[in-house]
Amino acid sequence: MRCGVVSFPGSLDDADTVHALSDVLGFDGVQLWHKDPDLHGVECVILPGGFSYGDYLRSGALARFAPVMDSVIEFAAGGGLVMGLCNGFQILCEAGLLPGALVRNRSMTFVCDTVHVRIERSDTPFTNLCETGDRLELPIKHGEGCYVADEESLRRIEDSGRVVVRYSDASGETTEAANLNGSLNSIAGVVNEAGNVFGMMPHAEHACEDLLGLEDGAIIFRSIEAWLRRDLRS
Amino acid sequence: MSLPPVDEKVALEHGLTAGEFTELCRGIGRAPNLVELGVASVMWSEHCSYKSSRAVLKDLPNDGPRVLQGPGENAGAVSIGDGLAAVFKIESHNHPSYIEPYQGAATGVGGILRDVFTMGARPIANLNSLRFGTFDHPRTRYLVSGVVAGVGGYGNCVGVPTVGGEIYFDRGYNENILVNAFTLGVVRADGIFRAEASGVGNPVLYVGSKTGRDGIHGASLLASSEFDDETEEKRPTVQVGDPFTEKLLIEACLELMEKDAIVAIQDMGAAGLTSSSVEMADRGHVGIRIDLDLVPKREARLTPYEILLSESQERMLIVARAGAEQEVRDVFEKWDLDAALIGEVTDDCHLRVLAEGEEVVDLPIEPLANGAPVYERHFAQPTNQQELQRLSLADVPPPGDYNRALSQLLAAPNVASREWVYGQYDQFVGGNTLVRPGSDAAVVRVKGTDKALALSVDCNSRYCQLDPYVGAMTAVVESARNVVCSGAEPIGVSDCLNFGNPEKPEIMWQFREAIRGIRDACGALGLPVVSGNVSFYNETDGRAIPPTPTIAMVGLINDVRKRCTQWFRQEGDLVVLLGRTREELGGSEYLATVHGMVRGTPPWIDLAVEKAVQALCLESIREDLIRSAHDISEGGLAVALAECCISGPGELLGAEVELEASIRPDAWLFGESQSRILVSVRSRQLTRLRDLAADHDVPVTVLGTVRGARLRVGRLVDADVRELESIWSGSLAQHMGIEA
Repeated sequence: MRCGVVSFPGSLDDADTVHALSDVLGFDGVQLWHKDPDLHGVECVILPGGFSYGDYLRSGALARFAPVMDSVIEFAAGGGLVMGLCNGFQILCEAGLLPGALVRNRSMTFVCDTVHVRIERSDTPFTNLCETGDRLELPIKHGEGCYVADEESLRRIEDSGRVVVRYSDASGETTEAANLNGSLNSIAGVVNEAGNVFGMMPHAEHACEDLLGLEDGAIIFRSIEAWLRRDLRS
Repeated sequence: MSLPPVDEKVALEHGLTAGEFTELCRGIGRAPNLVELGVASVMWSEHCSYKSSRAVLKDLPNDGPRVLQGPGENAGAVSIGDGLAAVFKIESHNHPSYIEPYQGAATGVGGILRDVFTMGARPIANLNSLRFGTFDHPRTRYLVSGVVAGVGGYGNCVGVPTVGGEIYFDRGYNENILVNAFTLGVVRADGIFRAEASGVGNPVLYVGSKTGRDGIHGASLLASSEFDDETEEKRPTVQVGDPFTEKLLIEACLELMEKDAIVAIQDMGAAGLTSSSVEMADRGHVGIRIDLDLVPKREARLTPYEILLSESQERMLIVARAGAEQEVRDVFEKWDLDAALIGEVTDDCHLRVLAEGEEVVDLPIEPLANGAPVYERHFAQPTNQQELQRLSLADVPPPGDYNRALSQLLAAPNVASREWVYGQYDQFVGGNTLVRPGSDAAVVRVKGTDKALALSVDCNSRYCQLDPYVGAMTAVVESARNVVCSGAEPIGVSDCLNFGNPEKPEIMWQFREAIRGIRDACGALGLPVVSGNVSFYNETDGRAIPPTPTIAMVGLINDVRKRCTQWFRQEGDLVVLLGRTREELGGSEYLATVHGMVRGTPPWIDLAVEKAVQALCLESIREDLIRSAHDISEGGLAVALAECCISGPGELLGAEVELEASIRPDAWLFGESQSRILVSVRSRQLTRLRDLAADHDVPVTVLGTVRGARLRVGRLVDADVRELESIWSGSLAQHMGIEA
C-alpha cells in the first residue's frame, strides 16, 4: 500500500506516521509536502497530528488553505481514502469533509493518556478487520478534541451510522469517566456520508509497535490496506 | 564615533558596580557609549559571565572516555556508541517564570531546545524540574497552573515529548519558584556543530523570527538581581514564545546541517544578538561585524540598543561557509523563515556594529568575554546551620496510627502522583517513549539501534538546606540510582545550580559546599558534568531559596529489551530490599509532613556502598533476575512499597511484608536511608540474586511477597491498595482545587 502523509508547517506526528507505515507495518509511507499539490500516486492520504500553522487561530483552520488540500479534497471527491488523526481530524472538519467540530476539552487543559475506543462500525475501509464492539487501546494527546455538532447534525450522524469509534472503558461501556475530552455521545471518530473520509482523535500511528507498549492501532492501517486490495480484486 | 561616552551613573543603572565600570573602561581603553555599555553590561552580568561561580565550577569533573563535548558550548555531548552522541543540557528560567509563569516556562523550554538542536542534535525528550511554594501561599496555584500550561503549551506544539521530571513544594520557594528545563537530543558523533566562528570574510546570517522589543535586559536586570517590591515592573523583560516557529526552525536547521554550509551556529538566547556574536567570535579568536539595518525586525524604529539586547525568541546566528549564503536562504525559505545576511567574520577581534551607516559599537571581544570579571566571593557557614542539624529522635514521638501516617505521606504534595501534571504533556510524539512518566526514570529508545536512554532529574533541597554538601551528593547518587533502576548505566550529568545572592557569604558557602558534593559524588561514580547552568539571585526581599543543585542524569541501556520499571508485576514474586536501612529520620518527608519538623542531618551516605548497590541492581536487570526496581526516597520504604503496588499501568497489586524489629518502626518504615533499592524477584531467582549481592558485598533482605489486594507491613500497616491509590493519585488535583 502506498500511503501519503501530508506535512503541513507545524505537523508533528507526520514522521511518526511514515515510520509506523514503512518501518513497522511494511507499507510504503510517503511524505507529501503542503506546498506541492501533486499526490504522487498514493492510494490513500493521511492528515497527521500536530499543530498545523501553530493552531493559533482554530485548530486546523489554516491547513485547509494549503495547496495540497485542493488535491486532497479532489481525491476524496473521487472516492479516495482519506484519514485524519487528531489535528488531521480537525483539519477535515474545518475543510468541510467531515461534519461537526472539535473544541476545547471539557477540562480546558491538554490531555495526554491512553484511552479505549469501541468499534461501532466494522464495515468501513478503516475498520474492516475489526469486529463491531471490539475495543482498541490508543493514545490521545490534544487540547481540542471535544467533538461537537448541532442537534440536527448529530442526529443525522447517529442515524446514518457514521460514528465509527466511541470512547469507552476497557469493557466497552461508554462512561463519562472514559470520555476524557467530553465529546458529545463519546464520539471519537466519524466517517463522511460516502464512507471514504474518516477522522478520529486517538493516534493509531503511536500504537503500532510492540516495543512501545501499544499495538492496537495497527489494525486501522491494515484495514485500509485490506480494503484497497479488496477494491482491486472486485 | 559620534555617540557620546557614558559616565559611571549610567553604568550603575545597568547593574555594573563602580569597580566594574572602571575595569571596563580600562579593558576597552576608553569610556563606552550607551550602546556599548548595553552590550558590555549584559556580557558582564552574572547570567552571562558566571563571574561568581567560574572559580568554583572548575572543580567539577567534566572529562571521560565518552565525553565529546564538555561545558562551554551550547550543550554537552557524550558518546553512546554506534557512532552516535547524546546531547543534553538543563537550564533555569526561574525569574521570568515567577513574573509571567506561562511565557516564562514556555520560553524556558524553547531556549533549552535551541541549545540542543544548535549542536546538530534532533531533540527527542524534554524533562523539567519545577519548584513552588506551599499551597497555603496565595500565588502557588496560579504559578503551578501557569508553569505547567506553559511547559505543555510549548513542548506539545513543538513536537518534542515531555517524558519526565520532578515537582517539589516548599515554603522556601513561595516567592522564588524554580523552572529548570532539560532537553536530550541525539546526533551522529561526527555531525556535532559548534559555536566557534572562523574564516575571515565568512558571512554571518540571522535566521528565524524577527526581532522585537521583548526580553530586553532579561539576562542582566532580571536574572542577575533579586526580587523586591518593584518586580512587577520587570514584566516587559520576559520574552514571549512561539513554538510553531521553533518547530520550523528545528526542521530548517537540521536540514541545513545535512549540507556543507555551516561553520558555526549559536542560539540567540540570553542577551540575544550580543552574546551570540561575542561568544562565537571569542571561541574562534576572530572578530564580527554586523549591520543592524539588515536584521529582520518586527517593528520600525527599534534602536540599535534594543536590537542588540532584545531577547526575542526562536532566532539563531549562523556563520556560513563563504558562497553558501543562497543555500542557507533556500532552506529557510522552504520553511517560511527569515534568513538575512547581516555581517561577516573579521580578523580584528572586535565586535563592530553598524546602524544607519554609523558605527555604534566598536569593542574588543576579549574584555567582553574571557576578560569579564571573576570573583572569589567570600563564604561563611550560616550561623543557624548547626542548630538546623540538631535532632534527637527521642523528641520525635512514634505515630499512633501508622496507616494514617502512610496515607498522610501518600497525599503529601511532594509524594503524591504527578499525573495531574504530566497528563498535560505530550509523552508520545516522536515515537520513542518506552517508559512514560511515573517510574523512577523515563526511557526513550534511540531509533535505528537496540539502545535506549534513561533520564532523571533530581534534587532534594530539604537535604541541601540542612547540609548542602550531603544534599548535593545525594542529588547526584539518587538521580544515578533512578536511571539504574530502569536498567541504564549512568553516563553523563548536566547540573542546574539554583541559589540565592552570591554576594552573601552564607549563600556562597552553600554554593561551594554543593559543588564539593557534586564533585565528590560524580568522581566516585565516574560521571562527567558536561553541561549546566547557574542561577543566582533567587531571593526576594533578602530571603533566599533553599540551595537547589538540580541534577539531570542520562543513562544508557545497551539492549532495549533489558529495561525495568518500578511497579510490581506478578503476584507471588518476592519483595527484596537491596541495601541497608539505618535508624535515621533527619530531613525526611515523614518528619516534615507528620511532625511538622524540618531539621536534622540528611541521611548518611557512603559513596562506595552506593556504587555497589547500583552495580548490583544493574547487573540483576541485565541478567533478567528482577522484575521491578524502585529507588527508595521521600517517604522511605513504606511509600516505596505503596508506589510499587499502585503506580503501575495494570491491575493494582498488594504485598505482605514482615517488619524488621532492630530499629524504631517509624525509622524503618519512613526513614530515607540512601543506597537502597526495592526490587521484586521470582522466587527461583533469589539464590542467584543473593550470590550476586555477595559478590558486591551488598546486604539483601527478603521482606515479603507480592500478594492480594492489601498492603500489609507487620502489624503496623494494613490498607486496601485501591484506597492508597485513590489518596495518592487524587491529591495534587485536590491541592490545585480541581475536582477529580
